[in-house]
Amino acid sequence: MSYTVETLYLVASVLFVMGIRGLTRPETARRGVLYAELGMACAVAGTLAHDDITSYRWIVVAGGVGAAIGIAMAALIPMTKMPERIALSHAFGGLAAALVGVCEYYLHAAELSRVTMGAIGFEVLFGSLTFTGSLMAFGKLQGLVSPRNITYPMQNVSNVGAFVALVALLVVLTIDPGQAGLFYVLFFTALALGVLIVIPIGAADMPVVIALLNSYAGLAAAATGFVLDNRVLIIAGALDGASGFVLSVAMSRAMNRSFANVLFGAFGQVAESGLQAEARAAHVREASIGDATLLLSSAPSVIIVPGYGMAVAQAQHAVRELGDHLESNGARVRYAIHPVAGRMPGHMNVLLAEADVPYDHLFELDAINDDFADTDVCLVVGANDVVNPAAKEDESSPIYGMPVLNADQARTCIVLKRTLSPGFAGIENDLFARENTVVVFGDAKETLSRMIEALA
Amino acid sequence: MTTELFVGLYVFLLAGFIGYGVITGIPPLLHTPLMAFTNAISGISLVGSIVMAGGEFSGLTTFLGFIAVLAATINVVGGFLITDRMLKLFKKRE
Repeated sequence: MSYTVETLYLVASVLFVMGIRGLTRPETARRGVLYAELGMACAVAGTLAHDDITSYRWIVVAGGVGAAIGIAMAALIPMTKMPERIALSHAFGGLAAALVGVCEYYLHAAELSRVTMGAIGFEVLFGSLTFTGSLMAFGKLQGLVSPRNITYPMQNVSNVGAFVALVALLVVLTIDPGQAGLFYVLFFTALALGVLIVIPIGAADMPVVIALLNSYAGLAAAATGFVLDNRVLIIAGALDGASGFVLSVAMSRAMNRSFANVLFGAFGQVAESGLQAEARAAHVREASIGDATLLLSSAPSVIIVPGYGMAVAQAQHAVRELGDHLESNGARVRYAIHPVAGRMPGHMNVLLAEADVPYDHLFELDAINDDFADTDVCLVVGANDVVNPAAKEDESSPIYGMPVLNADQARTCIVLKRTLSPGFAGIENDLFARENTVVVFGDAKETLSRMIEALA
Repeated sequence: MTTELFVGLYVFLLAGFIGYGVITGIPPLLHTPLMAFTNAISGISLVGSIVMAGGEFSGLTTFLGFIAVLAATINVVGGFLITDRMLKLFKKRE
Protein backbone atom coordinates (compact mmCIF):
# COMPACT_ATOMS: atom_id res chain seq x y z
CA MET A 1 0.00 0.00 0.00
CA SER A 2 1.24 3.46 -0.83
CA TYR A 3 2.24 6.09 1.71
CA THR A 4 -0.71 8.23 0.64
CA VAL A 5 -3.25 5.49 1.36
CA GLU A 6 -1.63 4.55 4.68
CA THR A 7 -1.57 8.23 5.68
CA LEU A 8 -5.24 8.62 4.84
CA TYR A 9 -6.06 5.58 7.01
CA LEU A 10 -3.96 6.96 9.85
CA VAL A 11 -5.68 10.35 9.68
CA ALA A 12 -9.07 8.58 9.59
CA SER A 13 -8.22 6.61 12.76
CA VAL A 14 -7.26 9.77 14.65
CA LEU A 15 -10.39 11.57 13.48
CA PHE A 16 -12.62 8.68 14.67
CA VAL A 17 -11.15 8.83 18.17
CA MET A 18 -11.47 12.63 18.25
CA GLY A 19 -15.04 12.29 17.00
CA ILE A 20 -16.09 9.97 19.81
CA ARG A 21 -14.34 12.25 22.31
CA GLY A 22 -16.57 15.06 21.10
CA LEU A 23 -19.63 13.16 22.34
CA THR A 24 -18.56 13.50 25.96
CA ARG A 25 -20.35 16.89 26.05
CA PRO A 26 -23.48 18.11 24.26
CA GLU A 27 -21.71 21.34 23.28
CA THR A 28 -18.93 19.57 21.38
CA ALA A 29 -20.91 16.61 20.08
CA ARG A 30 -21.77 17.99 16.66
CA ARG A 31 -18.17 18.91 16.02
CA GLY A 32 -17.29 15.32 16.91
CA VAL A 33 -19.66 14.06 14.22
CA LEU A 34 -17.94 16.33 11.71
CA TYR A 35 -14.52 14.89 12.63
CA ALA A 36 -15.78 11.34 12.15
CA GLU A 37 -17.39 12.25 8.82
CA LEU A 38 -14.06 13.62 7.60
CA GLY A 39 -12.39 10.46 8.89
CA MET A 40 -14.79 8.28 6.95
CA ALA A 41 -14.20 10.37 3.81
CA CYS A 42 -10.42 9.83 4.17
CA ALA A 43 -10.85 6.08 4.68
CA VAL A 44 -13.15 5.71 1.66
CA ALA A 45 -10.91 7.88 -0.52
CA GLY A 46 -7.91 5.75 0.40
CA THR A 47 -9.78 2.56 -0.38
CA LEU A 48 -10.98 3.75 -3.78
CA ALA A 49 -7.31 3.98 -4.76
CA HIS A 50 -6.84 0.23 -4.01
CA ASP A 51 -4.93 -1.67 -6.73
CA ASP A 52 -7.40 -4.57 -6.89
CA ILE A 53 -10.28 -2.36 -8.03
CA THR A 54 -10.72 -2.68 -11.77
CA SER A 55 -14.24 -1.29 -12.22
CA TYR A 56 -16.09 1.41 -10.31
CA ARG A 57 -19.47 0.69 -11.86
CA TRP A 58 -21.01 -1.40 -9.05
CA ILE A 59 -19.33 0.62 -6.33
CA VAL A 60 -20.93 3.79 -7.65
CA VAL A 61 -24.37 2.21 -8.09
CA ALA A 62 -24.40 0.55 -4.64
CA GLY A 63 -22.94 3.65 -2.98
CA GLY A 64 -25.45 5.93 -4.70
CA VAL A 65 -28.48 3.80 -3.86
CA GLY A 66 -27.20 3.23 -0.30
CA ALA A 67 -26.64 6.95 0.23
CA ALA A 68 -30.14 7.75 -1.06
CA ILE A 69 -31.71 5.16 1.28
CA GLY A 70 -29.55 6.41 4.17
CA ILE A 71 -30.57 10.03 3.59
CA ALA A 72 -34.25 9.12 3.30
CA MET A 73 -34.20 7.00 6.46
CA ALA A 74 -32.35 9.67 8.43
CA ALA A 75 -34.78 12.39 7.35
CA LEU A 76 -38.05 10.50 7.65
CA ILE A 77 -37.80 8.28 10.71
CA PRO A 78 -39.59 9.80 13.71
CA MET A 79 -37.61 10.01 16.95
CA THR A 80 -40.02 7.58 18.62
CA LYS A 81 -38.87 4.91 16.12
CA MET A 82 -35.18 5.36 16.92
CA PRO A 83 -34.75 1.92 18.60
CA GLU A 84 -36.13 0.25 15.46
CA ARG A 85 -33.82 2.23 13.18
CA ILE A 86 -30.77 1.44 15.35
CA ALA A 87 -31.63 -2.28 15.40
CA LEU A 88 -32.01 -2.25 11.62
CA SER A 89 -28.69 -0.52 11.09
CA HIS A 90 -26.92 -3.07 13.29
CA ALA A 91 -28.38 -5.68 10.94
CA PHE A 92 -26.91 -3.88 7.92
CA GLY A 93 -23.52 -3.56 9.62
CA GLY A 94 -23.46 -7.26 10.48
CA LEU A 95 -24.56 -8.21 6.96
CA ALA A 96 -21.80 -6.17 5.29
CA ALA A 97 -19.11 -7.72 7.50
CA ALA A 98 -20.44 -11.27 7.06
CA LEU A 99 -20.62 -10.94 3.26
CA VAL A 100 -17.06 -9.64 2.98
CA GLY A 101 -15.97 -12.66 5.03
CA VAL A 102 -17.88 -15.09 2.81
CA CYS A 103 -16.28 -13.52 -0.28
CA GLU A 104 -12.78 -13.77 1.17
CA TYR A 105 -13.35 -17.43 1.95
CA TYR A 106 -14.91 -18.16 -1.43
CA LEU A 107 -11.92 -16.61 -3.23
CA HIS A 108 -9.09 -18.14 -1.23
CA ALA A 109 -10.45 -21.10 0.79
CA ALA A 110 -7.66 -23.68 1.16
CA GLU A 111 -4.86 -21.16 0.45
CA LEU A 112 -5.78 -19.13 3.52
CA SER A 113 -3.29 -18.95 6.35
CA ARG A 114 -4.56 -20.11 9.73
CA VAL A 115 -4.50 -16.58 11.13
CA THR A 116 -6.57 -15.18 8.28
CA MET A 117 -8.93 -18.14 8.45
CA GLY A 118 -9.47 -17.58 12.16
CA ALA A 119 -10.21 -13.91 11.53
CA ILE A 120 -12.65 -14.74 8.71
CA GLY A 121 -14.35 -17.23 11.03
CA PHE A 122 -14.84 -14.57 13.71
CA GLU A 123 -15.99 -12.05 11.14
CA VAL A 124 -18.60 -14.35 9.64
CA LEU A 125 -19.70 -15.63 13.05
CA PHE A 126 -20.23 -12.19 14.62
CA GLY A 127 -21.49 -10.62 11.39
CA SER A 128 -24.16 -13.29 10.76
CA LEU A 129 -25.23 -13.42 14.41
CA THR A 130 -25.59 -9.64 14.45
CA PHE A 131 -27.50 -9.64 11.17
CA THR A 132 -30.27 -12.06 12.11
CA GLY A 133 -30.26 -11.12 15.81
CA SER A 134 -30.80 -7.46 14.97
CA LEU A 135 -33.52 -8.31 12.46
CA MET A 136 -35.30 -10.22 15.25
CA ALA A 137 -34.84 -7.29 17.64
CA PHE A 138 -36.27 -5.01 14.96
CA GLY A 139 -39.21 -7.37 14.45
CA LYS A 140 -39.95 -7.41 18.17
CA LEU A 141 -39.77 -3.63 18.51
CA GLN A 142 -41.91 -3.13 15.44
CA GLY A 143 -44.43 -5.71 16.62
CA LEU A 144 -43.85 -8.04 13.64
CA VAL A 145 -42.72 -10.74 16.07
CA SER A 146 -44.31 -11.25 19.47
CA PRO A 147 -42.62 -8.78 21.83
CA ARG A 148 -43.11 -11.23 24.70
CA ASN A 149 -40.44 -13.70 25.60
CA ILE A 150 -41.06 -16.82 23.54
CA THR A 151 -39.87 -19.90 25.37
CA TYR A 152 -39.86 -23.59 24.51
CA PRO A 153 -38.41 -26.68 26.17
CA MET A 154 -34.63 -27.18 26.03
CA GLN A 155 -34.21 -23.63 24.75
CA ASN A 156 -31.09 -22.75 26.69
CA VAL A 157 -29.59 -26.18 26.10
CA SER A 158 -30.02 -25.91 22.34
CA ASN A 159 -28.70 -22.32 22.23
CA VAL A 160 -25.62 -23.21 24.25
CA GLY A 161 -25.23 -26.33 22.07
CA ALA A 162 -25.32 -24.23 18.89
CA PHE A 163 -22.78 -21.84 20.37
CA VAL A 164 -20.41 -24.65 21.35
CA ALA A 165 -20.80 -26.11 17.84
CA LEU A 166 -19.84 -22.72 16.33
CA VAL A 167 -16.70 -22.50 18.44
CA ALA A 168 -15.78 -26.07 17.48
CA LEU A 169 -16.31 -25.31 13.77
CA LEU A 170 -14.14 -22.22 14.12
CA VAL A 171 -11.34 -24.26 15.68
CA VAL A 172 -11.50 -27.02 13.03
CA LEU A 173 -11.51 -24.47 10.19
CA THR A 174 -8.56 -22.62 11.66
CA ILE A 175 -6.60 -25.87 11.75
CA ASP A 176 -7.71 -26.89 8.26
CA PRO A 177 -9.01 -23.93 6.18
CA GLY A 178 -9.80 -26.26 3.27
CA GLN A 179 -13.01 -27.63 4.85
CA ALA A 180 -15.36 -25.58 2.67
CA GLY A 181 -18.47 -27.52 3.71
CA LEU A 182 -17.84 -26.74 7.35
CA PHE A 183 -17.38 -23.05 6.57
CA TYR A 184 -20.89 -22.81 5.15
CA VAL A 185 -22.25 -24.81 8.09
CA LEU A 186 -20.65 -22.18 10.35
CA PHE A 187 -22.22 -19.37 8.32
CA PHE A 188 -25.76 -20.78 8.47
CA THR A 189 -25.51 -21.92 12.10
CA ALA A 190 -24.47 -18.40 13.10
CA LEU A 191 -27.43 -16.98 11.14
CA ALA A 192 -29.78 -19.37 12.95
CA LEU A 193 -28.27 -18.69 16.37
CA GLY A 194 -28.88 -14.94 15.93
CA VAL A 195 -32.61 -15.64 15.64
CA LEU A 196 -32.70 -18.22 18.44
CA ILE A 197 -30.84 -16.09 20.93
CA VAL A 198 -33.16 -13.07 20.58
CA ILE A 199 -36.49 -14.97 20.39
CA PRO A 200 -36.71 -15.63 24.15
CA ILE A 201 -35.88 -12.05 25.13
CA GLY A 202 -38.81 -9.78 26.03
CA ALA A 203 -39.15 -6.27 24.62
CA ALA A 204 -38.37 -4.72 28.03
CA ASP A 205 -34.87 -6.18 27.85
CA MET A 206 -34.21 -4.73 24.40
CA PRO A 207 -31.88 -1.96 25.68
CA VAL A 208 -29.36 -4.62 26.73
CA VAL A 209 -29.81 -6.64 23.54
CA ILE A 210 -29.41 -3.63 21.27
CA ALA A 211 -26.27 -2.54 23.12
CA LEU A 212 -24.82 -6.07 22.90
CA LEU A 213 -25.56 -6.27 19.16
CA ASN A 214 -23.88 -2.88 18.78
CA SER A 215 -20.79 -4.42 20.33
CA TYR A 216 -20.95 -7.52 18.08
CA ALA A 217 -21.25 -5.34 14.96
CA GLY A 218 -18.05 -3.60 16.08
CA LEU A 219 -16.25 -6.89 16.70
CA ALA A 220 -17.25 -8.11 13.24
CA ALA A 221 -15.78 -4.93 11.70
CA ALA A 222 -12.59 -5.36 13.73
CA ALA A 223 -12.30 -9.00 12.56
CA THR A 224 -12.60 -7.73 8.96
CA GLY A 225 -9.60 -5.54 9.76
CA PHE A 226 -7.59 -8.62 10.75
CA VAL A 227 -8.62 -10.40 7.53
CA LEU A 228 -7.65 -7.49 5.30
CA ASP A 229 -4.72 -6.49 7.49
CA ASN A 230 -6.20 -3.00 7.69
CA ARG A 231 -5.63 -1.00 10.89
CA VAL A 232 -8.33 1.61 10.42
CA LEU A 233 -10.94 -1.18 10.36
CA ILE A 234 -9.46 -2.67 13.52
CA ILE A 235 -9.52 0.69 15.31
CA ALA A 236 -13.03 1.68 14.23
CA GLY A 237 -14.31 -1.81 15.09
CA ALA A 238 -12.63 -1.75 18.49
CA LEU A 239 -14.18 1.66 19.28
CA ASP A 240 -17.62 0.40 18.28
CA GLY A 241 -17.14 -2.82 20.21
CA ALA A 242 -16.04 -0.92 23.33
CA SER A 243 -18.99 1.43 23.05
CA GLY A 244 -21.51 -1.40 22.82
CA PHE A 245 -19.80 -3.13 25.72
CA VAL A 246 -19.88 -0.05 27.97
CA LEU A 247 -23.56 0.51 27.15
CA SER A 248 -24.61 -3.08 27.72
CA VAL A 249 -22.81 -3.15 31.09
CA ALA A 250 -24.55 0.12 32.05
CA MET A 251 -27.93 -1.27 30.96
CA SER A 252 -27.63 -4.59 32.76
CA ARG A 253 -26.44 -2.79 35.87
CA ALA A 254 -29.52 -0.56 35.69
CA MET A 255 -31.63 -3.73 35.67
CA ASN A 256 -29.51 -5.45 38.32
CA ARG A 257 -29.03 -8.42 36.02
CA SER A 258 -26.04 -10.16 34.51
CA PHE A 259 -25.58 -10.63 30.75
CA ALA A 260 -26.14 -14.34 31.26
CA ASN A 261 -29.42 -13.63 33.00
CA VAL A 262 -30.65 -11.35 30.20
CA LEU A 263 -29.63 -13.83 27.50
CA PHE A 264 -30.68 -17.08 29.13
CA GLY A 265 -33.06 -16.13 31.92
CA ALA A 266 -36.26 -15.27 29.99
CA PHE A 267 -38.46 -14.10 32.84
CA GLY A 268 -42.06 -13.08 32.95
CA GLN A 269 -43.71 -16.23 34.24
CA VAL A 270 -46.02 -14.17 36.42
CA ALA A 271 -46.23 -15.93 39.76
CA GLU A 272 -49.16 -13.89 40.96
CA SER A 273 -52.62 -15.46 41.05
CA GLY A 274 -55.66 -13.81 39.56
CA LEU A 275 -57.07 -13.25 43.04
CA GLN A 276 -54.09 -11.17 44.13
CA ALA A 277 -54.34 -9.07 41.00
CA GLU A 278 -58.04 -8.49 41.63
CA ALA A 279 -57.39 -7.53 45.24
CA ARG A 280 -54.84 -5.03 44.04
CA ALA A 281 -57.15 -3.65 41.38
CA ALA A 282 -59.72 -2.99 44.13
CA HIS A 283 -57.21 -0.70 45.87
CA VAL A 284 -56.42 1.36 42.82
CA ARG A 285 -57.88 4.83 43.16
CA GLU A 286 -58.89 6.40 39.91
CA ALA A 287 -58.76 10.17 39.48
CA SER A 288 -60.54 12.31 36.93
CA ILE A 289 -58.51 14.52 34.64
CA GLY A 290 -59.88 17.54 36.53
CA ASP A 291 -58.77 16.23 39.93
CA ALA A 292 -55.32 15.36 38.64
CA THR A 293 -54.94 18.80 37.04
CA LEU A 294 -55.89 20.43 40.33
CA LEU A 295 -53.26 18.40 42.16
CA LEU A 296 -50.64 19.39 39.62
CA SER A 297 -51.50 23.07 39.48
CA SER A 298 -51.26 23.44 43.26
CA ALA A 299 -47.92 21.63 43.55
CA PRO A 300 -44.79 23.77 44.08
CA SER A 301 -42.53 20.95 42.89
CA VAL A 302 -43.16 18.30 40.25
CA ILE A 303 -41.02 15.45 38.95
CA ILE A 304 -42.08 13.86 35.67
CA VAL A 305 -41.09 10.23 35.07
CA PRO A 306 -41.39 9.24 31.38
CA GLY A 307 -41.44 5.65 30.18
CA TYR A 308 -41.95 3.63 27.02
CA GLY A 309 -45.68 4.46 27.14
CA MET A 310 -44.79 8.09 26.40
CA ALA A 311 -43.02 7.00 23.22
CA VAL A 312 -45.92 4.76 22.17
CA ALA A 313 -48.45 7.56 22.70
CA GLN A 314 -46.04 10.08 21.08
CA ALA A 315 -46.82 12.22 24.11
CA GLN A 316 -43.42 13.95 24.53
CA HIS A 317 -44.64 17.29 23.13
CA ALA A 318 -47.73 17.26 25.34
CA VAL A 319 -45.53 16.44 28.35
CA ARG A 320 -43.30 19.43 27.65
CA GLU A 321 -46.30 21.73 27.14
CA LEU A 322 -47.78 20.65 30.47
CA GLY A 323 -44.39 21.19 32.11
CA ASP A 324 -44.21 24.71 30.63
CA HIS A 325 -47.66 25.57 32.03
CA LEU A 326 -46.71 24.33 35.48
CA GLU A 327 -43.44 26.27 35.36
CA SER A 328 -45.17 29.48 34.36
CA ASN A 329 -47.39 28.96 37.42
CA GLY A 330 -44.21 29.03 39.47
CA ALA A 331 -43.68 25.32 40.01
CA ARG A 332 -40.27 23.68 39.81
CA VAL A 333 -40.48 20.98 37.13
CA ARG A 334 -37.82 18.32 36.63
CA TYR A 335 -37.62 15.09 34.65
CA ALA A 336 -36.27 11.86 36.12
CA ILE A 337 -34.79 9.52 33.52
CA HIS A 338 -34.17 5.87 34.38
CA PRO A 339 -31.34 4.33 32.33
CA VAL A 340 -33.59 1.58 30.94
CA ALA A 341 -36.75 3.65 30.45
CA GLY A 342 -37.80 3.04 26.86
CA ARG A 343 -36.35 0.51 24.47
CA MET A 344 -32.77 1.66 24.08
CA PRO A 345 -30.11 3.56 26.02
CA GLY A 346 -30.96 7.27 26.11
CA HIS A 347 -34.36 6.81 24.39
CA MET A 348 -36.26 9.20 26.71
CA ASN A 349 -33.58 11.90 26.54
CA VAL A 350 -33.82 12.09 22.76
CA LEU A 351 -37.64 12.25 22.80
CA LEU A 352 -37.73 15.03 25.40
CA ALA A 353 -34.97 16.90 23.58
CA GLU A 354 -37.10 16.65 20.44
CA ALA A 355 -39.95 18.24 22.38
CA ASP A 356 -37.61 21.13 23.33
CA VAL A 357 -37.12 20.21 26.97
CA PRO A 358 -33.76 21.80 27.89
CA TYR A 359 -31.31 19.02 28.77
CA ASP A 360 -30.41 20.62 32.10
CA HIS A 361 -33.96 19.70 33.21
CA LEU A 362 -33.27 15.99 32.65
CA PHE A 363 -31.85 14.18 35.67
CA GLU A 364 -30.29 10.76 35.97
CA LEU A 365 -31.47 8.29 38.58
CA ASP A 366 -28.66 8.94 41.09
CA ALA A 367 -28.92 12.69 40.73
CA ILE A 368 -32.63 12.93 41.57
CA ASN A 369 -33.63 9.84 43.53
CA ASP A 370 -33.19 11.44 46.97
CA ASP A 371 -35.38 14.40 45.98
CA PHE A 372 -38.64 12.48 45.48
CA ALA A 373 -39.33 12.55 49.23
CA ASP A 374 -39.43 16.38 49.15
CA THR A 375 -41.53 16.55 46.00
CA ASP A 376 -45.22 17.34 45.97
CA VAL A 377 -46.29 15.51 42.83
CA CYS A 378 -44.61 12.82 40.79
CA LEU A 379 -46.23 12.42 37.37
CA VAL A 380 -45.58 9.00 35.83
CA VAL A 381 -46.17 9.01 32.07
CA GLY A 382 -46.19 5.48 30.66
CA ALA A 383 -43.46 4.14 32.94
CA ASN A 384 -43.96 0.92 34.86
CA ASP A 385 -41.12 -1.37 35.90
CA VAL A 386 -38.70 1.54 36.51
CA VAL A 387 -40.96 2.90 39.29
CA ASN A 388 -41.99 -0.45 40.76
CA PRO A 389 -41.37 -0.35 44.54
CA ALA A 390 -41.29 -4.18 44.58
CA ALA A 391 -37.70 -3.84 43.37
CA LYS A 392 -36.87 -2.31 46.76
CA GLU A 393 -39.21 -4.22 49.05
CA ASP A 394 -40.31 -7.59 47.72
CA GLU A 395 -37.54 -10.16 47.75
CA SER A 396 -39.65 -12.60 45.75
CA SER A 397 -40.09 -10.15 42.87
CA PRO A 398 -38.16 -11.00 39.69
CA ILE A 399 -36.88 -7.41 39.59
CA TYR A 400 -35.84 -7.31 43.27
CA GLY A 401 -32.59 -5.34 43.61
CA MET A 402 -33.00 -3.34 40.40
CA PRO A 403 -32.40 0.37 41.08
CA VAL A 404 -35.76 2.14 40.63
CA LEU A 405 -36.98 5.73 40.81
CA ASN A 406 -38.56 6.55 44.18
CA ALA A 407 -41.87 7.69 42.70
CA ASP A 408 -43.67 6.13 45.68
CA GLN A 409 -41.96 8.61 48.04
CA ALA A 410 -43.47 11.74 46.50
CA ARG A 411 -46.36 13.24 48.47
CA THR A 412 -48.72 12.34 45.65
CA CYS A 413 -48.01 10.17 42.65
CA ILE A 414 -50.17 10.60 39.54
CA VAL A 415 -49.91 7.71 37.10
CA LEU A 416 -51.09 8.06 33.49
CA LYS A 417 -51.89 4.60 32.17
CA ARG A 418 -53.95 2.99 29.45
CA THR A 419 -54.98 -0.07 31.45
CA LEU A 420 -53.92 -1.89 34.58
CA SER A 421 -52.14 -4.58 32.61
CA PRO A 422 -48.65 -5.43 33.84
CA GLY A 423 -45.60 -3.98 32.09
CA PHE A 424 -43.73 -5.78 29.33
CA ALA A 425 -41.73 -7.63 31.94
CA GLY A 426 -45.07 -9.10 33.06
CA ILE A 427 -44.67 -7.98 36.66
CA GLU A 428 -47.49 -6.44 38.69
CA ASN A 429 -46.79 -2.98 40.05
CA ASP A 430 -47.75 -2.24 43.64
CA LEU A 431 -47.21 1.51 43.15
CA PHE A 432 -50.58 1.81 41.40
CA ALA A 433 -52.42 0.59 44.50
CA ARG A 434 -50.57 2.76 47.05
CA GLU A 435 -52.46 5.23 49.24
CA ASN A 436 -50.65 8.25 47.84
CA THR A 437 -51.15 7.18 44.21
CA VAL A 438 -53.97 8.08 41.87
CA VAL A 439 -54.31 6.62 38.40
CA VAL A 440 -55.74 8.48 35.40
CA PHE A 441 -56.74 5.96 32.77
CA GLY A 442 -56.62 6.74 29.08
CA ASP A 443 -54.22 7.56 26.26
CA ALA A 444 -51.38 9.63 27.74
CA LYS A 445 -51.33 12.18 24.94
CA GLU A 446 -55.06 12.81 25.13
CA THR A 447 -55.05 13.00 28.93
CA LEU A 448 -52.17 15.48 28.85
CA SER A 449 -53.83 17.68 26.20
CA ARG A 450 -56.98 17.86 28.29
CA MET A 451 -54.93 18.77 31.36
CA ILE A 452 -53.26 21.54 29.36
CA GLU A 453 -56.70 22.84 28.23
CA ALA A 454 -57.83 22.86 31.85
CA LEU A 455 -54.74 24.80 32.91
CA ALA A 456 -54.84 27.36 30.09
CA MET B 1 2.21 -13.37 9.40
CA THR B 2 2.70 -13.70 13.16
CA THR B 3 4.06 -10.15 13.36
CA GLU B 4 1.05 -8.80 11.50
CA LEU B 5 -1.32 -10.69 13.78
CA PHE B 6 0.38 -9.29 16.86
CA VAL B 7 0.55 -5.75 15.51
CA GLY B 8 -3.17 -6.10 14.81
CA LEU B 9 -3.85 -7.35 18.33
CA TYR B 10 -1.86 -4.46 19.85
CA VAL B 11 -3.86 -1.98 17.76
CA PHE B 12 -7.16 -3.66 18.65
CA LEU B 13 -6.51 -3.80 22.39
CA LEU B 14 -5.12 -0.27 22.67
CA ALA B 15 -8.00 1.16 20.61
CA GLY B 16 -10.40 -0.83 22.77
CA PHE B 17 -8.94 0.66 25.95
CA ILE B 18 -9.09 4.18 24.52
CA GLY B 19 -12.68 3.56 23.45
CA TYR B 20 -13.59 2.21 26.88
CA GLY B 21 -12.00 5.20 28.62
CA VAL B 22 -13.60 7.81 26.40
CA ILE B 23 -17.02 6.19 26.24
CA THR B 24 -17.43 5.76 30.01
CA GLY B 25 -17.17 9.58 30.07
CA ILE B 26 -20.14 10.06 27.76
CA PRO B 27 -23.27 11.06 29.73
CA PRO B 28 -26.39 8.81 29.49
CA LEU B 29 -28.09 11.88 28.02
CA LEU B 30 -26.26 11.20 24.75
CA HIS B 31 -26.40 7.40 24.70
CA THR B 32 -28.86 7.17 21.80
CA PRO B 33 -26.83 9.51 19.56
CA LEU B 34 -23.73 7.55 20.63
CA MET B 35 -25.24 4.32 19.31
CA ALA B 36 -26.21 5.90 16.01
CA PHE B 37 -22.74 7.43 15.81
CA THR B 38 -20.71 4.27 16.49
CA ASN B 39 -23.02 2.53 14.07
CA ALA B 40 -22.02 4.97 11.35
CA ILE B 41 -18.35 4.46 12.23
CA SER B 42 -18.70 0.67 12.06
CA GLY B 43 -19.89 1.24 8.50
CA ILE B 44 -16.11 1.29 7.98
CA SER B 45 -16.58 -2.28 6.72
CA LEU B 46 -17.32 -0.29 3.56
CA VAL B 47 -13.54 -0.38 3.09
CA GLY B 48 -13.61 -4.16 2.63
CA SER B 49 -16.87 -4.18 0.68
CA ILE B 50 -15.65 -1.63 -1.88
CA VAL B 51 -12.71 -3.81 -2.89
CA MET B 52 -15.05 -6.81 -3.33
CA ALA B 53 -17.59 -4.88 -5.38
CA GLY B 54 -14.95 -3.34 -7.66
CA GLY B 55 -12.42 -6.15 -7.88
CA GLU B 56 -14.20 -8.29 -10.49
CA PHE B 57 -12.82 -11.45 -8.89
CA SER B 58 -15.93 -13.46 -9.72
CA GLY B 59 -19.63 -12.90 -10.35
CA LEU B 60 -20.54 -14.05 -6.87
CA THR B 61 -18.07 -11.82 -5.03
CA THR B 62 -19.07 -8.79 -7.12
CA PHE B 63 -22.72 -9.45 -6.26
CA LEU B 64 -22.09 -9.99 -2.52
CA GLY B 65 -19.72 -7.01 -2.52
CA PHE B 66 -22.46 -4.93 -4.12
CA ILE B 67 -24.92 -5.85 -1.34
CA ALA B 68 -22.25 -5.18 1.28
CA VAL B 69 -21.44 -1.72 -0.13
CA LEU B 70 -25.16 -0.94 -0.22
CA ALA B 71 -25.69 -1.99 3.41
CA ALA B 72 -22.56 -0.25 4.69
CA THR B 73 -23.30 2.99 2.83
CA ILE B 74 -26.82 3.12 4.30
CA ASN B 75 -25.18 2.92 7.74
CA VAL B 76 -22.45 5.47 7.08
CA VAL B 77 -24.58 8.12 5.39
CA GLY B 78 -27.76 7.49 7.39
CA GLY B 79 -25.89 7.04 10.66
CA PHE B 80 -24.01 10.34 10.53
CA LEU B 81 -27.07 12.28 9.36
CA ILE B 82 -29.35 10.87 12.03
CA THR B 83 -26.74 11.42 14.77
CA ASP B 84 -26.50 15.04 13.75
CA ARG B 85 -30.28 15.35 13.55
CA MET B 86 -30.56 14.08 17.13
CA LEU B 87 -27.72 16.21 18.47
CA LYS B 88 -29.33 19.33 17.05
CA LEU B 89 -32.27 18.66 19.37
CA PHE B 90 -30.25 18.91 22.57
CA LYS B 91 -30.46 22.48 23.80
CA LYS B 92 -29.77 24.23 27.06
CA ARG B 93 -32.34 26.63 28.39
CA GLU B 94 -31.92 30.07 26.79
